[in-house]
Amino acid sequence: MEERKHTSSHYEMELQEIKNNLIYLGALTENVIRLAMKSLTDRDTQMANKVIANDYEIDKMDKEIEEKCIKMLALRQPTAIDLRFITTAIKITGHLERIGDMAVNIAEKVVQLNEEPKLKPYIDLPHMSDMVEKMVAKALDSLIKRDLQIADEVRKIEQQVDDLNEQIFRELLTFMMEDSKSIHRALLIMHVSKNLERIADHAQGIADMVTYMITGENVRHLSTDAK
Amino acid sequence: MDSDIIKLNKVNFYYGPTRALTDITMNFVKNKVTALIGPSGCGKSTLLRLLNRMNDLIDGTRVEGEILFEDKNIYASDVDSVEIRRKIGMVFQKPNPFPKTIYNNISYGPKLTGIGADNMDALVERSLRQAVLWDEVKDILNKSAMNLSGGQQQRLCIARALAMKPDVLLMDEPTSALDPISTAKIEELIEELKKDYTIIIVTHNMQQAARISDETAFFYIGNLVEYNKTEKIFTNPDVKQTEDYITGRFG
Repeated sequence: MEERKHTSSHYEMELQEIKNNLIYLGALTENVIRLAMKSLTDRDTQMANKVIANDYEIDKMDKEIEEKCIKMLALRQPTAIDLRFITTAIKITGHLERIGDMAVNIAEKVVQLNEEPKLKPYIDLPHMSDMVEKMVAKALDSLIKRDLQIADEVRKIEQQVDDLNEQIFRELLTFMMEDSKSIHRALLIMHVSKNLERIADHAQGIADMVTYMITGENVRHLSTDAK
Repeated sequence: MDSDIIKLNKVNFYYGPTRALTDITMNFVKNKVTALIGPSGCGKSTLLRLLNRMNDLIDGTRVEGEILFEDKNIYASDVDSVEIRRKIGMVFQKPNPFPKTIYNNISYGPKLTGIGADNMDALVERSLRQAVLWDEVKDILNKSAMNLSGGQQQRLCIARALAMKPDVLLMDEPTSALDPISTAKIEELIEELKKDYTIIIVTHNMQQAARISDETAFFYIGNLVEYNKTEKIFTNPDVKQTEDYITGRFG
């Protein structure tokens, strides 16, 4: 069912603008994850440096969205679903900005990794990266479509990413135990894997906020609450 | 580019011996919505009424300083106050339609002053369209305005003011007697009207000032405390007193 519009067309426009900005920021972050991982698999240092250099675009958009949200809170006094949307938008933009930072972290490790011979063929990492990119895309999709089911799917993938991170960690440990010369590279790859796992956490954070926005129920930290 | 349509220079205003406004110097920007806010008795309505010489009608009042409209002092002896009120229209707190038909409510003022006499129907339609009321009343133009709802009556009063082809619209609490839906409609209308008019609005509703205005002036006991962009006033005002007022810390 199509959502009814506000009586104030200006208010409607301002809300839509924030939504569009979030979608744009989401696209930027998805792109940097992809580029950072491609720079790893292709051993392309130039591409990695580009990811690092372009982070300012994400930071700028994050700031812009946050300022718009604060302005909306102060001037429009949003209520109910609009209030939940604005508070969600503030959180989501923070998550996306951090995802951008993590792509930069990965790119920085890639620059170092490319200075040494390849430790091993990358198989699990690209797979993990695909899952993580999918999570970010789905999390934003759940926001745009206001779809709880898509938000749930994000949470399900997150567990698989955690498992994969564990598996990569164990595999790299064996490399390090077998050959101490591999330690530096193995640690760098662990960093890459850990950053992907953190991106997945942020994607889940976005999905949790979308769930809050739709239902009004706070589903964050549910496992911690139970303890 | 922003340009100032009304300029106040060291304006003082007295009701008998009592000074109600102290040394007010401020400019109103053309095609912007400016909100005047402050607690009761702060002088905001007094100031609004000064801008089209409505206070002339009260005995024992006195104005000092200059109020320039398009660079001419509206209190100069050769200025016709009726002409000023035509160019600077006013909408009041309670809708006050004439006990006439909807059509005659709009045409009454223009007829008296000879505006739009060649095509009154067009002027009535244009004014009602501008006030976003046309679609609701086009088939009942000859019915009494008193049958309209409160929100419709207020939009009629706005249409009536617009029919005089003013440059500035003064609004004194224009939605305080209306329900939330009618209020939202008037607020939407104000945001549309600023393309063609300069609007100065007095409101007790701070949220309303935040929603619809571009500039906000905060008054306290006859003084202009702070005057700035609305966004600035409501997110990070310069003066502590303003912050106390807008955050409800005023006692």
